This record gives sequence, structure tokens and C-alpha cells, in this order.
Amino acid sequence: MATDLQRRDRIRRGAAADQEERAVVAGLDALDAGVQLPPRPGPGRVFLRSVLPPLVFLAVLVGVWQLAVLAGIKPAYALPPPARVWATFTGTVVDGRAGEAIWTSLSRGASGFALSLLIGTVLGLAMWWSRWLRAAIGPIVSGLQSLPSVAWVPAAIIWFGLTNAAIYTVVLLGAVPSIANGLLSGMKQVPPLFDRVGRVLGLSALARTRYVLLPAALPGYLGGLRQGWAFAWRSLMAAELITYSPALGQGLGQLLNMGRELSQMSLVITSITLILVVGVAIELLIFAPLERRVLSRRGLTMH
Amino acid sequence: MTAQPHIAEILVPAGARVSRAPAPARAAVRVEGVSQRFERDRPAVLDGVDLTVAAGEFVCLVGASGCGKSTLLNLIAGLTEPTAGRIEVSAKRPALMFQEPALLPWLTAAGNVELALRARGVGRGERRAEASRLLDLVNLGGQEGKRVHELSGGMRQRVALARSLAQDSSVLLMDEPFAALDAITRDVLHQELTRVWSEQGLSVVFVTHNVREAARLGQRVVLMGSRPGRIVRQWQVDIAQPRTIESPGVSSLAAEITRELHEEISRHGH
Repeated sequence: MATDLQRRDRIRRGAAADQEERAVVAGLDALDAGVQLPPRPGPGRVFLRSVLPPLVFLAVLVGVWQLAVLAGIKPAYALPPPARVWATFTGTVVDGRAGEAIWTSLSRGASGFALSLLIGTVLGLAMWWSRWLRAAIGPIVSGLQSLPSVAWVPAAIIWFGLTNAAIYTVVLLGAVPSIANGLLSGMKQVPPLFDRVGRVLGLSALARTRYVLLPAALPGYLGGLRQGWAFAWRSLMAAELITYSPALGQGLGQLLNMGRELSQMSLVITSITLILVVGVAIELLIFAPLERRVLSRRGLTMH
Repeated sequence: MTAQPHIAEILVPAGARVSRAPAPARAAVRVEGVSQRFERDRPAVLDGVDLTVAAGEFVCLVGASGCGKSTLLNLIAGLTEPTAGRIEVSAKRPALMFQEPALLPWLTAAGNVELALRARGVGRGERRAEASRLLDLVNLGGQEGKRVHELSGGMRQRVALARSLAQDSSVLLMDEPFAALDAITRDVLHQELTRVWSEQGLSVVFVTHNVREAARLGQRVVLMGSRPGRIVRQWQVDIAQPRTIESPGVSSLAAEITRELHEEISRHGH
């Protein structure tokens, strides 16, 4: 039997212990969490480290090209000097042909990618839910990833003629497998512990998918989207290059084909450059920041 | 802390007494004759385990690795079904803490706690305030917006504790939750857990292979033997809180449990 005095003493000492605990905890947390990341590099450093090297490389490339032209390795129609290509490039931009071709291809690419996103995501989810479906079509979906989608162009033309439908078919066959596989492998890599957490918290199967499985699979899914876009863009160019018809408008692939038919090498190089620039721009403006954001939130990157 | 003897130590100089657990008035967990066998030809993982945890009681399960203590915890949590026997838990869904914090890395500290609240059907408006209150309870006030990777191991485990508390279950199951932490952090978390347990009136089943930790935390320590897993012996711990890992009663009880544990382990050598 504790006396009143003893009880009061215990309460007093309990409060003191609580206060002491709070102080120790605060100190520990400050020590533990005090690890600072190195400061972000300044603009000068960023320029030196990541902007300058590609510029230097480009300058060297043009220099070597100019030397090859001067040496006369190839006749001028096959290897025009950099200055002439630059003139064609700026001319194409100024007269609006470049803008029109980029717009035509990019809008096609965007809608084809959006459709692929929808189909690929549904397909990936279906393959996750149904073990049977995964066993049945998994190998084919993986195999399609290694099949160059340009192989579908002849079939698509026979089925749909020289139409947008033929182009979209090729784009879908290029992008859908990457997106479905990315989502599936993202979900396969989710630690089983996360699902146990969902169960312990009492989340339903649907809620576990929505709040645990899908967010956990996001990095893999984004990787799939990135690859899916690269495949969609490549497939689109292959399709545009082959399906040449006035009804289809003038995309970048068609511009490239026009350069070939006119034997105008400077237009060919201009078109290739534009295709490359658009591909890199989408990567740098959309996918790289998206991925960086997702990864850095989870502490998976340094910056 | 150890300079002054604690009240209960004056009353009970031995520090710990060995006794059978008294039949509790209201049981939080009742395990009756539970056996678990994963494969037909292999020995049972658990064999006829009986364990009753009273409401508000703090019970530590100790044993060598492979004695089935985690299996028993998973059974009580309802994550698996026993091969034989009966398990009753007073709470609808006991909370369970793992050795890993198992926080979801795309959510903030508060987001992790709020997920448990959402699972319970707490409204959006209330979730934020309730998550803050729970984080404050584990001394993480003001850290709501931190990402998991910005927190230390001890802080993560405290967020996990707050998430478990957010389940508002009267029964808290813990599977070696502090095993991966450094000794200093572990001591502090022992203090926090003891405080939270007594403030919230929880019933706790705490699995550990650390005998001192068991003696430091538990009101009762249950020693499990291996192959098949069964309960070998129990100790009622009558050392008053606040105790520390260095309290003389804790040390002597730990020594006694360790002797028994070593005896149990060496049976398997031949």
C-alpha cells in the first residue's frame, strides 16, 4: 500500500522522467537527422558540369564534318558542308515547314501515346490480377518489346491503307508492351512487407491497390512510360517515313522522306536533327523532371 | 536514476518473483492449445501454446530464433490461421509493429499515420489533426511534413508506433520493433513505449530475443522453447516503472531468464 505521500512522489518523479525523456529524444533526433546533403551546385557549376561538355562535343563534331567536306571524302550532294545544312535548317524553320511537321508528328505522337497509356495500364493491371492471363500473354508482351515495330508497318498498311489508323496501329504496338511491362514489373518489385502493412491497417483489397500497391509501383511504371514514349516516337517516325500520302499531312518522317526523294541531303540532316531534338526535349521537359520528383521524394536520389 | 531505490524495489527486494500468472478478469488476448504446422513431415512450429494476456498487461515473449514467437504473433494478429487451437482477441483488429518501420516512402510522416486513420474511416478533416496529436505523443511534434528518408531509424520506428496507435486498437503486438536500433536510441524508445503504454492503457505483446529488453519492459516475461515452439516458463515482473535497463532488479531477472534460456537451447545440441 503506497501512502499518499509516496504516490505524490511517484507522480512528481514520473513528470520529471517525462521531461528528461523529451530532452533526450529531442537531442537524439537533432543528432540523427542533422545529416545535411551537400548544397546544390550554383548556376556556374551546373554550366561547367552539364551544359558545356555537350556543346564542346557538338563543336568537335561540326569541326570534323567540315574537315571531311574539305577533304572531299564524298561528293557535295552526299555530304553538304555544315553551313549549307544550317541554311536549310533555318530556312525550314522560317518558312514554317519545321513547325508544321513538328506539330503534326507531336500531336500524333501525343494522342498515340495517350491511347497506349490507357491500354498499357489496363493490360498491366489485368496481367497483375490474373495469373492465368499473365502466363498466357506475358511472354508475347515481352517478346513484342524486342520486335522492332517498323515490322508492323506493311501489315498495318495492308489492313488500313495509307491512313492515320495504320500509323496509330504501329505506334500502339510499339508503346503498349513497354507500358504494360513497366507497370507489371513495378508491381512485382513492391516489397511484400508493404502489403502486410495494408492488411494490418485493415485496408480492403481495393484500398490496398489504390493506396499501397500502385504508389509503390510508381517508379517502375514511370520507367515503363519513359520507354513507352521512346518506342512510340520511334514507331511513329518509322510509320511516317513509309506511309507517305497527301492526306496524312507533313510529319517529321514525311519531311525526312521528302529529303530522300529530292536527294536533298541538307533536308535529310535537318529532319533527323528535328526528330532528335523533339525526342530529347520531351525527355528533358517531361519525363526526367517527373522521375526526379518521384525518386527524390522517396529518397532514392542524391538530388 | 538508480541512485534512489524505487518504491516497489523496497517492497520487493528480490526485484522479481517467479509466480504463475493470475487468471485475469478480462483477457485482451486468449490463446488456447494453439499449434502451427507448415509442412506435414516437419516438426510443428508451435505445439499446444496457451497464453492469456490481461487487459492493460505488458507481456514479453522471449526465445531463441526459430522458436515460433513471430509465428505466434502473426497468429494473434490474424494474418495466418492456426493448424489447431483457438485464439481470441478483444480488439477487432490488433495493431502490429514490425522489426522494420515499414513506412510507405512516398508519404510523409503524417501521411503514414493518416493512412491508418483512413483505413478506420476517420474523415479527411479530422485525420490531419489526429495525426499531429499522435506524432506529438511519440515526441515527433512538428515533424509531420518530413519524408521517411529524412528521418533517423529511431524516428521512423516512432512514426510506426504512432501509426499503430492510429489504429485505435486496445491490443498492440510488437515483433522485435527495436532490434535494428542502436543501444542509445533503444533505451529512449523503451522509455517512450512504457509511457505510451501506461497513458493509453494498451495491452502489449512484445516479441524479442533480447532478454534484458524483456525484463526492462514486461510485467510478465514468457520464455518459449524451440522445436516445437511452446511455453517453457513465465516470470511475473514486480519491478515498478520507471525502470531502466540498468535497474538492479532488471539485471538479476535478465540473468535468471538467460540461464533458463541457455539450458533450453543446449537441449538441442545433442
